[in-house]
Amino acid sequence: MAVNASRNDFASGAIFVALGGYFALEAMKYDFGTPFRMGPGFMPVVLGGVLVALGVAVAAKGIGKPDAEAPPAWPWRGIVLVLGTILFFAATIRGLGFIPVVLISGLATALSSSRNSLLSSLVISVGLCVLCMLIFVVGLGLLVPWVGPWLRF
Amino acid sequence: MDLISSLALGFSVALDPVNILYCFIGVLLGTLVGVLPGIGPTATIAMLLPITFSLNAETALIMLAGIYYGAQYGGSTTAILINLPGESSSAVTAIDGYQMARKGRAGAALATAAIGSFFAGSVATLLLAFFAPPLARAALNFGAPEYFSLIVLGLLVSIALAHGSILKALGMIVLGLLLGMVGQDIYTGTPRFTFGVRELFGGLNFVAVAVGVFGIAEILRNLENEKEREVGVKAVTNLWLTRDDVKRIVMPILRGTGLGSILGILPGGGHILSSFASYSVEKRLSKTPEEFGQGAIEGVAGPESANNAAAQTSFIPLMTLGIPAHPVMALMIGAFILQGITPGPNVINEQPALFWGIIASMWVGNLLLVILNLPLVGLWVKMLSIPYRVLFPAIVLFACIGTFSINQNIYDIYAIAFFGILGYLLIRFGCEPAPLLLGFVLGPLLEEHLRRAMIISRGDPMIFLHRPISATLLGLALLAVLIAVLPSIRRKRAEVFVEDD
Repeated sequence: MAVNASRNDFASGAIFVALGGYFALEAMKYDFGTPFRMGPGFMPVVLGGVLVALGVAVAAKGIGKPDAEAPPAWPWRGIVLVLGTILFFAATIRGLGFIPVVLISGLATALSSSRNSLLSSLVISVGLCVLCMLIFVVGLGLLVPWVGPWLRF
Repeated sequence: MDLISSLALGFSVALDPVNILYCFIGVLLGTLVGVLPGIGPTATIAMLLPITFSLNAETALIMLAGIYYGAQYGGSTTAILINLPGESSSAVTAIDGYQMARKGRAGAALATAAIGSFFAGSVATLLLAFFAPPLARAALNFGAPEYFSLIVLGLLVSIALAHGSILKALGMIVLGLLLGMVGQDIYTGTPRFTFGVRELFGGLNFVAVAVGVFGIAEILRNLENEKEREVGVKAVTNLWLTRDDVKRIVMPILRGTGLGSILGILPGGGHILSSFASYSVEKRLSKTPEEFGQGAIEGVAGPESANNAAAQTSFIPLMTLGIPAHPVMALMIGAFILQGITPGPNVINEQPALFWGIIASMWVGNLLLVILNLPLVGLWVKMLSIPYRVLFPAIVLFACIGTFSINQNIYDIYAIAFFGILGYLLIRFGCEPAPLLLGFVLGPLLEEHLRRAMIISRGDPMIFLHRPISATLLGLALLAVLIAVLPSIRRKRAEVFVEDD
């Protein structure tokens, strides 16, 4: 963007407008009620509208005030691996069981740092797996199979 | 029940061996996360909330409280030794503490921080014991309009004290309030914003939101620019203070304690504000202000006492009104709720053992902290050499497993990922996560009390101005916003808040 405006203010304003708009529009489907007996839609519609207005105001305030510093590089590797790991964990914890999921998750997150080699990531993931087993399964009695139904023959 | 017998009851709870053990674990963990930069008490408490589920209520809350004030304490060690505040509230301690360490007086600086914190913690705990009961009694007369106004006040004061753009902070609060509305409507049972997913009918999981916004977002932020830390001071010797040192720190500790105790009650980050306020007071009162920044021991004693006092007194609004003063207190509310207790003025009467036990445990915890920190400081220095690349995979895994273990609900884990990326984007674009979490916790309460108040008044919004307490609270809220937008104070705020948790 080569415009003379704050990228940060624009982006955060846009997020506010988008989320506020979603909440307000979705809440239109619910009963709005009256001030005396407010329905489930009352607060979300009002607050959603306020959030849209705030988003516009935040973006407008950034006009003419470009950010002083260039934004840092996006940590793509981290974003993909860390978020991917969390999604993977959620999708497979029931099916694959505790040990495989924790091992793979630990390995993937460790690899998201450019400072970890494959070997050090392996060591970290095995260490963490043992630690998590001791704390959550042995110590706290979390009910989850060691090896899930997908891997049993 | 008078104070003495109440405190006796409290100590009988706090001195129970199991509770001492968990208090110890709490302050130990707190010191640990306080020492390690990059992971703060908010994310830690969020991750450990699920673990405390299996403990009984007193033990759980004693441990969580220990993490919080332990972190205030541990943060100062990092600040002094490597000039990097482990916690935002120790940012000021780094100024003079690190200079003292460079002059070979790290031991004296650490000892000062320890003594100041212990003294301040003890006094503030007593204040909590004195003022909480009458405040709770007063709060029992609060009706829906008063609670509504009180929540509005809490939310608005938190932006007045936050740093950065006020508009963005307001936006984060409103976004938090909206997120708090996900789930079934309390009056009609209508499911809202659930995408038809049955698991979301109970609302977004608080732990998932907190872990995502504070833990995962912070990790992504740190991965932008990976640096290794350097520990400047390898060994700490000579913890004893000279007679001259002792004379110089007495008054700063007393003033810091006073300031911190008052500011800690304010919503929004009183513990950070108080350490900055104490530093500038000491500098102004000092006969040798030029020493500040060069290793003045007063510059360590005052702010450290202030932030520890504030850490204790910030429990007052939580324990008496059920209103959190900042995100960690919001998590404590989550802990109360997980235990099936509604935090508020009734806790003191319905759960006296819990209420007084927590207060007494704070004193025990402060004592444990002194024991933990001074002789073991070498251990903490070693801790600093754990590289971040080992630490953050542990945080991610703990977050996932911990959240999963609360309800065995995989949607909670998807929520972590969603709030992790949302939090990261918002932080990157200059918004603070703390108001969002505060709004999220208070959103349902705000809506409930607003709707109830409107039913009481038959739809007349003037009810908030006709009731004197409510009108006063709203007036204060307005004042807080006005003060925040005044230009002179805006400048001051920009100087004061350099970093936040």
